[in-house]
Amino acid sequence: MGKRTIMPFGPQHPVLPEPIHLDLVLEDETVVDVIPSIGYIHRGLEKLCETKDYNQMVYVIERICGICSFGHGWGACASMEGAMGVTIPERAEYLRTILHELSRVHSHLLWLGLMADAFGFESLFNHCWRVRESVLDLFEKNTGGRVIFSICKPGGMRKDISNENLKEMVDVLNGLKAEIKTITDVFVEDASVKNRMTGVGVLTKEEAIELCAVGPTVRGSGVVQDIRLTGNHGVYHLLDFEPVVEEAGDCMARTKVRIREVFQAIELIEKAVSQIPDGPVDCKVPKTVDGEFAIRLEQPRGEGFYYAKGAGTKFLKRMRVRTPTNINIPALVKALKGADLADVPILVLTIDPCISCTER
Amino acid sequence: MSAYVTKSPWVVHYDGSSCNGCDIEVLACLMPMYDVERFGIINCGNPKHADVFLVTGSVNEQNKDVIKQIYDQMPEPKVVVAVGICACSGGVFKDCYNVLGGVDQVIPVDAYVPGCAARPEAIIDAVVKGLDVLQAKRDAMVGAVEAPAAAPAPAAPASPETAAKTETPAVPPIFTMAEIKVNALDHLKK
Repeated sequence: MGKRTIMPFGPQHPVLPEPIHLDLVLEDETVVDVIPSIGYIHRGLEKLCETKDYNQMVYVIERICGICSFGHGWGACASMEGAMGVTIPERAEYLRTILHELSRVHSHLLWLGLMADAFGFESLFNHCWRVRESVLDLFEKNTGGRVIFSICKPGGMRKDISNENLKEMVDVLNGLKAEIKTITDVFVEDASVKNRMTGVGVLTKEEAIELCAVGPTVRGSGVVQDIRLTGNHGVYHLLDFEPVVEEAGDCMARTKVRIREVFQAIELIEKAVSQIPDGPVDCKVPKTVDGEFAIRLEQPRGEGFYYAKGAGTKFLKRMRVRTPTNINIPALVKALKGADLADVPILVLTIDPCISCTER
Repeated sequence: MSAYVTKSPWVVHYDGSSCNGCDIEVLACLMPMYDVERFGIINCGNPKHADVFLVTGSVNEQNKDVIKQIYDQMPEPKVVVAVGICACSGGVFKDCYNVLGGVDQVIPVDAYVPGCAARPEAIIDAVVKGLDVLQAKRDAMVGAVEAPAAAPAPAAPASPETAAKTETPAVPPIFTMAEIKVNALDHLKK
């Protein structure tokens, strides 16, 4: 047995776009224990929400995270709509679903790029992000923003997206499919990528369930869990789809889940656009929020949980957000134990960490 | 800015407490769509290799030491660009209990990029503006080195090479890195 050394990893590290600090306890080159510490991005958003009225609050909640900002905005609006007892028009639900799935395409492509960067495949990283720019262009055209849209509001959507624009969105995405296929085939088939990811960081089905992992992390371990099918949001129940599940539980399985989810998201957008009804996109909401409501929705990284409690004024008494990365950190620690030091960057990225979400 | 960028500025990026929006836009600048690598700008992970420090997000108690450390590790001359409204002033998070304010609370900032999230074009513009500042700082450093060397009776133990150069004033003074170090040390001693 070698001598134990503790190596700090982060908060500033080339593979980490965001700060998280891990103390890696090493025996020779093997990680035997990991002590994660977070808190570098904690801002105190939930407290800030109590000082903003419910319309302003959505802008704050959207800025929990710049990657899944649409999902956060949706969660906040939907939880408040529930507390108010408002049912929003169907077209608004469809539009939210479409934009959320488009966010998933952008988020997964972003992650695939970062993953390629983590194992040093620079050109693959660049190609993933090049394709992602087309998705961002769609966002910019339809919502006005590249990363933060602020298009959700309590009671529906701030603006409608015309049917022509939706059709164009589908055309663009279908055009991207071939390019995405070429890029993602490299992840699945390239020998060097396979060597880095296959069998690394295995998380068995039992462990994944025990550690309460969510999202692609748990689906990569063979657990069928998709909040889109069981949650109370969007029009997913009308779209008829199966969750993407892979059995192996290693880095490659989690990557495959995300790759297949990109294509699934494009299909869901196509389906939703073909079914979308005409009509208004917003409705009147009460001036005050009373009562409480909770909603779960499937973010690109897993289950997000939003809880709103009103106090009969336009200010909320409590806004609680539980985010997927926070829940996945125990799974990350488990996967890191026994890994090689050289695999640590890949394993850290494999849960698709979003530290801004984690710490809020 | 001069007609062309004379040196390749390398950037190091740190996420203060931003929402990720500006971070992914910083990375988007490096991607084929905006491609700042054509100017020689490379994102490096090591602060010791970097000329430009891109900070996104505001400062809080936990990360202010990290930002200071990264800044201190960067060699002179260096430029700090605050990316996004949070890095400029705190933005929407200004009133949060754990936010101290903009990056300029901790380290001197040379260029500010407003926006939430800051657009890649704006970030590139700020870095290019930062290059002017970098050049000015570089000139100032060289000037500070030149001044004692041009003095008639250098009290410092001037190396033989510098002594030879002062004898032929027609040739503009060109310094090697070793000489600059020696001269800078002399200057500091004074």
